[in-house]
Amino acid sequence: MSVDKQTVAKIASLARIKMGDEQLEALVPELNNILDWVEQLGEVDVTGVEPMSAVIPNTLRLRDDVVDADPKTGGGKRDDVLANAPAAEHGFFGVPKVIE
Amino acid sequence: MTDFTSLGVKAIRDGVAGGDFTAREVAESFNAAVASAAELNAFIVTTPDHALAAADAADKARADGKDLGAMAGVPIGMKDLFATKGVQTTAASHILEGFIPEYESTVSQNLWNAGAGMLGKLNLDQFAMGSSNETSHFGNVASPWRKEGTNAAMSPGGSSGGSSSAVAARIAPAATGTDTGGSIRQPAAFTGICGIKPTYGRCSRWGVVAFASSLDQAGPMARSVEDCAIMLGAMAGFDAKDATSLKMDVPNWEAALSSDLKGKKVGIPREYRMDGTDDAIMASWEQGKEWLRDAGAEIVDISLPHTKYALPAYYIIAPAEASSNLARYDGVRYGLRDLPDGAGLQDMYAETRAAGFGDEVKRRILIGTYVLSAGFYDAYYNQAQKVRALVSRDFENAWADCDLILAPTTPTASFALGSLNDDPLTMYLNDVFAVPASLAGLPAMSVPAGINPDGLPLGLQLVGKAFDEQSVLDAGLAIQERAGFTVKPEKWW
Repeated sequence: MSVDKQTVAKIASLARIKMGDEQLEALVPELNNILDWVEQLGEVDVTGVEPMSAVIPNTLRLRDDVVDADPKTGGGKRDDVLANAPAAEHGFFGVPKVIE
Repeated sequence: MTDFTSLGVKAIRDGVAGGDFTAREVAESFNAAVASAAELNAFIVTTPDHALAAADAADKARADGKDLGAMAGVPIGMKDLFATKGVQTTAASHILEGFIPEYESTVSQNLWNAGAGMLGKLNLDQFAMGSSNETSHFGNVASPWRKEGTNAAMSPGGSSGGSSSAVAARIAPAATGTDTGGSIRQPAAFTGICGIKPTYGRCSRWGVVAFASSLDQAGPMARSVEDCAIMLGAMAGFDAKDATSLKMDVPNWEAALSSDLKGKKVGIPREYRMDGTDDAIMASWEQGKEWLRDAGAEIVDISLPHTKYALPAYYIIAPAEASSNLARYDGVRYGLRDLPDGAGLQDMYAETRAAGFGDEVKRRILIGTYVLSAGFYDAYYNQAQKVRALVSRDFENAWADCDLILAPTTPTASFALGSLNDDPLTMYLNDVFAVPASLAGLPAMSVPAGINPDGLPLGLQLVGKAFDEQSVLDAGLAIQERAGFTVKPEKWW
């Protein structure tokens, strides 16, 4: 499988990264090189093999059902959460108008 | 002022505890060394006051007769991938430039709790994506090493290149690193220092800027195996805030260190004899076998049949996870916002991400987005995860015949900055020996083995069973004792 400029433009748009024509054109051979190379994985017989998403068998833990069980990840942190926002207004994240 | 910069973690800790010198003297010495090494570009920001405050606390604790922590009085470098409260944390990116965390990562907090202080935040490849430290928004990091007869700036490896450069240049006794597909081991090998990536889950990922969450793991980088054992002990531990954190006791690796390998079987994977590997590296591998045999180990041949597929599987899985993890940089909650006049929300996302990410990060986000997209998920992502299972199974099978594995860390020694930039694939191949252990989540370490004919350091890698960092450290110590690696880069900075 290989990608053309139109496909790269589609991926860039899905990834929400603005790219000009020149950038898209430069990326076509770069991505194709990488995709050609990973294509070799198709040779591997994976019959009956389950995909591995976690290396160490580990069951997900539940935290204690208590408000603010760990203060670092609990509530009441509005100002901390907003401290690095590029536009924080009235205790909220500010974004451009999305509804006409 | 006495110069303390030749001292490592253990020597500083024991010297402070024994009253041979004060932690303050040590911190001042390293602060001065950091300040005079700007040419290496190892640090993004320096925090001399943090180092001094921790040193004063250690000195006061000693004066008061209190117990000193495992890292008391040791000033370290912190890779700028760990969130540090009140100190800019950028992942070497423009998109996080100016980000001042309101919280401290678990690993850094553990280190401060053990009495360590911070010299500054270390440069790295942007979002830890790179093998040469040339993708940082804050400029390349130079290795303190130079190829004999040239003045060309050499790569300190990546992504933990600020860490490796600083420790090798003796402007920090130790530093934190993170390893997703070799980012601790390859820079350690390039700069003649030690670095260990523990079993996945040993060190909490909470507060570490995420790259590929199923692979990311923090570890120490220092100039001796003992120093790595001490620092890893201080960094590791269960953390309820990380869902993948191991709920296991942290062994006292330092106390149990032993270079007597009697009864241990060390596997030599035949698939690691790859075309394109330097002769000097092949020779150091042979030498490594001799050293381990001398330490009492039995050397056995083993096979890891899916080795050649590990790297391509990694370059699907890691970018896929990265494309998902890096979706959070949207110009809304933190970091950069690029909002042209009259632009809407979607334009703001796209402009912000275009301006905030470097080329390599964009390349990987696009690859990841592509392999996860409708119609390609099975062919790429699912297939890669199945291959990952096979790579991991190879190791499981190998443990029937051996207790740990010896291999080179990298196929070549360090290269000149700029020399591999034309083709991303050539750069990726640098991690060919490092990635299999990452995919399997196994503890793996690089220790210095010697110097190649160009005067550049070479590393040997040890890979152990899950949770068996001890055997890895023990074999590392056996190599360290026999290699007698005492060469230092000549100071030019």
